[in-house]
Amino acid sequence: MSPLPFLLTLSSVLFAIGLFAVLSRRNAILILVGIELMLNAGNLNFIAFWRFSPHPDPVAAPVFVLFSIAVAAAEAAVGLAIILLLFRHTRTSRINQLNSLRG
Amino acid sequence: MADALPILLWLVPLLPFAAAGILAFLPDAAGRRAAPLAIGAIAASCVCAFLVFGTTLGGGHEAVAHRAFNFPWFTFGEVPLQLGLLLDPLGAAMAAMVTFVSAWIFVYSIGYMETDRRFGRFFGFLSLFAGAMLLLVLSNSLLLLFIAWELVGLASYLLIGFYFDKPAAAAAAQKAFITTRIGDLAFLLGMLWLYSDAGTLLFYDNGAGLLESDALASLAGITTGGGLAVSAAASLLLLVGAMGKSGQVPLHVWLPDAMEGPTPVSALIHAATMVAAGVFLVARMHPLFSVGAAPDEVAPALAATAWVGAATALFAAIVAVGQNDIKRILAYSTISQLGFMMVALGTGGMGAGMFHLIAHAFFKALLFLSAGSVIHGCRGEQDIRRMGGLVKEMPWTFLTYATGMMALAGFPFVFSGFWSKEAVLHSAEQWPGGHGPFLLAVAAALLTAFYMTRQALLVFFGRARKPGVLHPHESPASMLTPMFVLAAGTILLVVVGTPAWPWLESYLAGHPASLDFGALIRPESLKLIALSLALVTTGVGLGWKVFQREDSDSTLPDPIEHRTPGLWKALGAALYFDAFNNAVVIRLCALCGALAAALERFFFLPLLALGESLGAAFARITGEADHRALNRGFNGVCDALRSGASATSRRQSGRPQTYLRAIGIGMAALVFLYLWISW
Amino acid sequence: MLILFLLLFPLLGAALLGAWRGANPRVAGWMSVLWSAVPILALKAAALGYDPGVPLAQWHLAWMPMAGMDLRFEADGLSLVFLMLTAFVTPFALAVAARVGNGGRAFGALALILQAMLFGVFTARHFIPWFLCWELTLIPAWLLIRLWGGPGAPKAGARFFIVTLAGSIAMLIGFLAIQLVAGTMDFDALADMAKDGQLAEAFSESPGGSMALLWVAAGIFLGLAVKVPLVPLHAWLPGAYAEAPSPVTMLLTGLLSKMGVYGFLRIMLPVFPDFLHDRAPWLGGLALVTIVYGALAALAATDLKRILAYSSVNHLGYCMLALFTAAVPGAGESAISAAISGAVLQAFNHGVIASTLFAGVAFLEARSGGLRNLNDFGGIRSRTPVLCGLMGIALFASLGLPGLAGFPGEFLIFLGVFGIRPVFAAIAALGLLFTAVFVVRLVKQVFNGPLTPAHAAIRDLDNGERAILAPAVLVIIAIGVLPQIVLHWSNPWTVWITDFLQLIP
Repeated sequence: MSPLPFLLTLSSVLFAIGLFAVLSRRNAILILVGIELMLNAGNLNFIAFWRFSPHPDPVAAPVFVLFSIAVAAAEAAVGLAIILLLFRHTRTSRINQLNSLRG
Repeated sequence: MADALPILLWLVPLLPFAAAGILAFLPDAAGRRAAPLAIGAIAASCVCAFLVFGTTLGGGHEAVAHRAFNFPWFTFGEVPLQLGLLLDPLGAAMAAMVTFVSAWIFVYSIGYMETDRRFGRFFGFLSLFAGAMLLLVLSNSLLLLFIAWELVGLASYLLIGFYFDKPAAAAAAQKAFITTRIGDLAFLLGMLWLYSDAGTLLFYDNGAGLLESDALASLAGITTGGGLAVSAAASLLLLVGAMGKSGQVPLHVWLPDAMEGPTPVSALIHAATMVAAGVFLVARMHPLFSVGAAPDEVAPALAATAWVGAATALFAAIVAVGQNDIKRILAYSTISQLGFMMVALGTGGMGAGMFHLIAHAFFKALLFLSAGSVIHGCRGEQDIRRMGGLVKEMPWTFLTYATGMMALAGFPFVFSGFWSKEAVLHSAEQWPGGHGPFLLAVAAALLTAFYMTRQALLVFFGRARKPGVLHPHESPASMLTPMFVLAAGTILLVVVGTPAWPWLESYLAGHPASLDFGALIRPESLKLIALSLALVTTGVGLGWKVFQREDSDSTLPDPIEHRTPGLWKALGAALYFDAFNNAVVIRLCALCGALAAALERFFFLPLLALGESLGAAFARITGEADHRALNRGFNGVCDALRSGASATSRRQSGRPQTYLRAIGIGMAALVFLYLWISW
Repeated sequence: MLILFLLLFPLLGAALLGAWRGANPRVAGWMSVLWSAVPILALKAAALGYDPGVPLAQWHLAWMPMAGMDLRFEADGLSLVFLMLTAFVTPFALAVAARVGNGGRAFGALALILQAMLFGVFTARHFIPWFLCWELTLIPAWLLIRLWGGPGAPKAGARFFIVTLAGSIAMLIGFLAIQLVAGTMDFDALADMAKDGQLAEAFSESPGGSMALLWVAAGIFLGLAVKVPLVPLHAWLPGAYAEAPSPVTMLLTGLLSKMGVYGFLRIMLPVFPDFLHDRAPWLGGLALVTIVYGALAALAATDLKRILAYSSVNHLGYCMLALFTAAVPGAGESAISAAISGAVLQAFNHGVIASTLFAGVAFLEARSGGLRNLNDFGGIRSRTPVLCGLMGIALFASLGLPGLAGFPGEFLIFLGVFGIRPVFAAIAALGLLFTAVFVVRLVKQVFNGPLTPAHAAIRDLDNGERAILAPAVLVIIAIGVLPQIVLHWSNPWTVWITDFLQLIP
């Protein structure tokens, strides 16, 4: 039996957790953590489909995933920097108090 | 001589023109120098005219009789238009007469105009007139004749209106110009008609001219709508032109008024020369007028000429009886005599007509100069009722006046007027077209003797009737000399015109004259001579009986007025022609003008205004449409967009999680949809 | 080269005048006179070597070939007549303006622009440059009326502008249709197409059908007729002529009205002969109405400038009569030649005579303090013999006295018209009669009669004013005696158009 369904279930659970964190948390940092979780769920899917496909290309998927991880790291850095600046500016990191984009 | 001839011919009209041109630039102050210049020019022109006249005396064959000197005037497209001068007996005789009479009238003017401020201008206008008249008689082209004809009209206009600050003179000049203009337009149309059917306006052009047999035959061959031949129809139009210039009824109205001009002008233009231009035109176009009729038939144009002339002769003679102004009487007598000439031409007597024209030029100029001398002597008085007894104060004037008067009235034998009138009557009597013109002319001749007797009696005989003025005086020699010369001419002309030696008639016809005293005593001549004698005697006797008076009361009514005041009033008003013109023609003209003005004011301008207001209304409609439909629609869309936007923007909490939630729900919905469809 | 010189030299003058700040208006005015007179010399020099067979000058620039826009200019004998007129009347009007105090920098510059554009109109052989110049005359003319005119000038100027512009629009639409259907707007090419029937053929195959050609021709006719003008399109004219300052009226009547006549000769006759052919009786009737009506309206008017304005309507009516009659089917060769020559000569003569008359009025107005009603004057001849003499020559020339310029033109017109439609000539002769009446009446009212006390001290023309009027009067006399001066230029074209019209079936 292929471990693919198991892996997919795992990534779904991971994604759901991440999504829940993003939607329910008020703290910006925790939201960022949730986003990372969702990203990694995607990465896991990628690798799983690659690994258990009939004729896996040797390079493509790992490279994509590596890129994705690198980009996620960069994002995290930038996101944290933004959050820090926001915090410095508004003295809060609670996202529901930051509504200056309101229409 | 052959080479000099065209130059001489050209010099005849050009010398006076040149004098006029120079005088136009002379300021009024330098006026005295004008007289020698103008008289020198006209005298030189006279010499030239007599020289060229001399070359025509050979008589004989056709080639010599009509010597044409043509030249191209201009070219339109590829068609050249030619003008030319013509040397033939008719023109040469006219040129000699015109230059001769003009020269003496110029001399007379020195004395008559001596106190006038615009002395130089006067001589300039006279020279212009003389040049134009000479061009007219010498031209070999209907067009050149028309050009000269109009220039003569201009000179006449300027001279009648010479005392332009007198309202009457200004009005008379205007009237003369416009009345003759009516005739001129008929002339123009006749000329155009001839050109469009004959293709030329030259009279003689080596067989291709208008008055040569080919063209005449073809013109007589084309019939117009009314059944007339083109030659006849065009002739009738030309006749209307001649009527305007020569004061024939009903276009005569300008001529009596033209007496507002200075007296030498009346003598030169309105008696001797210009008014004869119409008669000359008919004489010049005689071949055209007469073509197309069989020998015993009467050409329609000639018949019209005869009747118009006869009616005019009688009408003017009647009116002359009732005039009191010395110059007006002479003016009506001029109209009457021009009528005689027309009768002669119309009844076929070319020679008779021209003889009467030339004789009349002499004695009428003489009469006017004498009348001018009387007016000069009486210090401007022109009313014969206030003259009288002048024979004692002005014996020389009386002598010349009497010569002219007797010639006009037709005193027998020694006066040219007798013979020329006799020739006219002879020609009218022989006419196959009926006795009407003859009888009218006879009546006119009788009346002529009658009214001339009246004038002579009132002016020279009886007692002086002018209350409280200085004694009249005789005129200076510069005025008397021309009068004597013309008086001599009046008598000497007899030599060339009697039936015994009809030299002038033969000369004009182009064959040598023969001396035949027997012609005087042929029965038909004798009959007419007797008739003429009877006419003169009756007229003069009647006049003497009616008008002889010895009182000195200038307010006494005229004998005719005394008996029939109604008739007298009608005569004085010239049978109401002027009244008719004022009441109808001038009012009609003014009405047309007013109509045009009203059209302009109440139709065209409102039309334009309507166009403009339609444009403005259209602009307003489009403006409103812009405002209502386009602007409002656009604004409505904008407003809707704006309110929609604010409604949706209210949905924007600004919290990312709200958005994410929406995205999540949307995503889930899409997945659900996808799954549902793929199943 | 001549063409470029004619187009650019006046414009250069206008630019220099514009740039010359602080110039003394008098000096600037006289400079503009001199400047605008230079083209006379150039034209005279060109006319001396005039060979009837070849064009006098030409210049060509393919401007936008894809859009069919071609700057093609060519001067032939017909153009030369009108070019000479333009070259003569402009300095004449400017001199009068400088004399009576209208002149100055702006006035001179506008008149020079007008002159350049008129040169363009009289030489352009393609619709686009022709129309550009045609329209560009309107602006300086309107400004001249508006800025220097009397109290009614704004309204009269606006009327002038709008009515003629409306006519131009009709013309523009017509030519756009021609470009779409025939593929060219070149006058000569169109004349060739009209001659062998290609133009009608092209239109009958177009979606608009043959009726479209009729509408096009009618539109162009309208645009030209407004400018001449023909009754009933004349109503803008008396007001514009009367309200414009007299020197500007000289330009309006001497030159702008000639654009219409020239347009009829250059465009209407060669390109739409069928249109004129088919409607000859009606158009002739229209011209007759113009003649008689103009004369009668002049008879009823009392304002000197209005009288002269209506007399312009009357005189140009003769031109139109000749043109329309020449297009009557089956007309004879010499009659067509006479009518066309007469129309050209009459246009030239009227330009000179009418501008002389308005110059005289300008001098009269300058003396009377702006009064110019017939009843304001009387007997001034005793004080102003020279003014009256010169005005008298021009007045008698305008009534067609032989020996002066008006006669040969009118005679040729009558000769041609009578040869084709005798009745037209007879009716038009009525116009001659009424013209005589109003001219003689004018002379009587203004110059003759007792001197009015108000003008007892009126001055005669001084030497400067005499010098301004003298050339015009000399031209009037010279053409009256030797009309060949002008006909010599126009004859080759007359021959061409005569043959052309006779070939039209």
